[in-house]
Amino acid sequence: MTKKRWLSLFVENEIGTLARIAGLFSGKSYNLNSLTVGTTEDPTVSRMTIGLTSDDRTFEQIKKQLNRSVEVIRVVDFTDAAIHSEELMFVKIRGCSENDRAEIERLCLPFAAKILESGADTVLLESVQAESRNNDWIALLQRCFPGRLEIVRGGSVAIETIGGA
Amino acid sequence: MFVQALLAEGVDTLFAYPGGQAIDLFDALYGVEQIRVVLPRHEQGLIHAADGYARATGRVGVCLVTSGPGATNLVTGIATANYDSVPLVCFTGQVPTVLIGNDAFQEVDIVGITRSICKYAVTVRRRENLGAVIKKAFYIARSGKPGVVVVDLPKDIQRAPGSADYPAQVDIRGYKPNTEVHMGQLKKAMECLKQAKRPLFLLGGGVNIARANKKMTVLAEKTGIPVVTTIMGKGAIPTDHPLYVGNLGIHGSYAANTAVSACDVLFSIGVRFNDRITGKVSEFAPNASIIHIDIDPASISRNIAVDIPIVADAKNAIRALLDRAPTLDLTDWRAEIVRWKAGHPLPTPPRDLRRRRHSNEHSGAGHRSRLRAPGHHLHSEQRLSGQCAPVAGAVLRKALFGHLPALPQGLSVRLQPSLGALPGVHARLHPSGGRLRREGDPGTVRG
Repeated sequence: MTKKRWLSLFVENEIGTLARIAGLFSGKSYNLNSLTVGTTEDPTVSRMTIGLTSDDRTFEQIKKQLNRSVEVIRVVDFTDAAIHSEELMFVKIRGCSENDRAEIERLCLPFAAKILESGADTVLLESVQAESRNNDWIALLQRCFPGRLEIVRGGSVAIETIGGA
Repeated sequence: MFVQALLAEGVDTLFAYPGGQAIDLFDALYGVEQIRVVLPRHEQGLIHAADGYARATGRVGVCLVTSGPGATNLVTGIATANYDSVPLVCFTGQVPTVLIGNDAFQEVDIVGITRSICKYAVTVRRRENLGAVIKKAFYIARSGKPGVVVVDLPKDIQRAPGSADYPAQVDIRGYKPNTEVHMGQLKKAMECLKQAKRPLFLLGGGVNIARANKKMTVLAEKTGIPVVTTIMGKGAIPTDHPLYVGNLGIHGSYAANTAVSACDVLFSIGVRFNDRITGKVSEFAPNASIIHIDIDPASISRNIAVDIPIVADAKNAIRALLDRAPTLDLTDWRAEIVRWKAGHPLPTPPRDLRRRRHSNEHSGAGHRSRLRAPGHHLHSEQRLSGQCAPVAGAVLRKALFGHLPALPQGLSVRLQPSLGALPGVHARLHPSGGRLRREGDPGTVRG
């Protein structure tokens, strides 16, 4: 079944590791929605959170190919695991009137988004939420302020819950 | 350190072409009697020769070239060896670390270029890591599913003084090939086999790489199950064995392909179900339960859905099978295959090809007299050596016509004296497809 999936990767914190992983996806035509990487408590290990859309068979193959890479220490499937997952997103809205500002404040509330800065005619917003919530919010903002948005998304970072699955 | 490392790894032959960014390593090789340096006319010939050496001896083939064009000339050879699971370690010279990224003279990012066609590629950035990286390179190249490792050596790292202590052990946390057999899965496979009326072994390069040919032959004899092979698997059991059907796939025989279509259990070992053997995936072995033993989990259920996957080294798995495999009554099934074989024999190479060597078919100008028909090549080497193996890889006509009446292990020992040098194995066999792709290298042949 084709659906959205999540992987958490423990990888060597070395030059070339990111290129190897990203190259695997491009070289083998695997879909890749987002990839984040950062250091961990162990300076020799980095951790990646990868979001992708695939069918079951391709997903199995992707996991095997990642596992096969010398630079990959461990592959954990987060798709159906109990995890906390959030994505940082910044949004600028141009050409804001006073009415727009009031509207923006109203739209921020249910999504727990913050107004970081309010300029002469531009408002800068920050949202830290699950990727799907950010998608929903962006869809709403696009409808309200078409053609006036600048969006930067950070990709999701995920970790297992303490309670576990 | 470089020479120490090669000696510690038992390297006796180095395929090497010098250049500015590798010259320090060449200097270090002077007076090292244990290592024979083979200098070809071009790096592509060099790496194919190292590939032939590795296939024939089962040892790691080692290349040393300079930066830039020296390195890029290896690319086809790296891909060839890696897709055929041939263990190679390729040392490439590199510009000094301070110049990397400057588009310096003869600088290329060979690690980036080869990343997707090798098992592992790394630039050594600190002299103190050199020993560990080389140790790791040899270990990765030869273990698990063998492949190519590229080690990029910047000139300042080559020249830097440092410890010559070469590590005895290597531990890579992200790389632990599984070689042991999962007994539960093996038992399932045995149950499946016991019910089979038309079982078939499909053997790939994994059987040859694991040097499991003798055990495999015994296993085929014990069970009575007929054998088809992939091109890489040819010789897994002798091709003149009564249980041997032929090669499978687009380059294969009628009997082998028909047998796969008709079988009810396809017991495959060390194959990767490449499109050349499967054809249309939905019509491949349509009536069969498929058992697949492979050391590489990623090769299992990639192209063909497998019913019973077993991740293991082929030799360990075959050894375990020998203890447990049933003897089956397959007289009718084998008779049917024999009828297919008899009805559609492979064409044999015409005897007069030798006399036609000046014809257009072999148009390698200047080397015509060296060239003979592919089948003839093997037969003549066979006579010389008593046996033969697909040393040069993807020569399809050879794959069709060639006979492997015995096992390939002893090839190097027997061919070497007859040709003088293993690069000669490459230079003489590779053009046997009728085209002289690496025409520079017959000059490297000795004797």
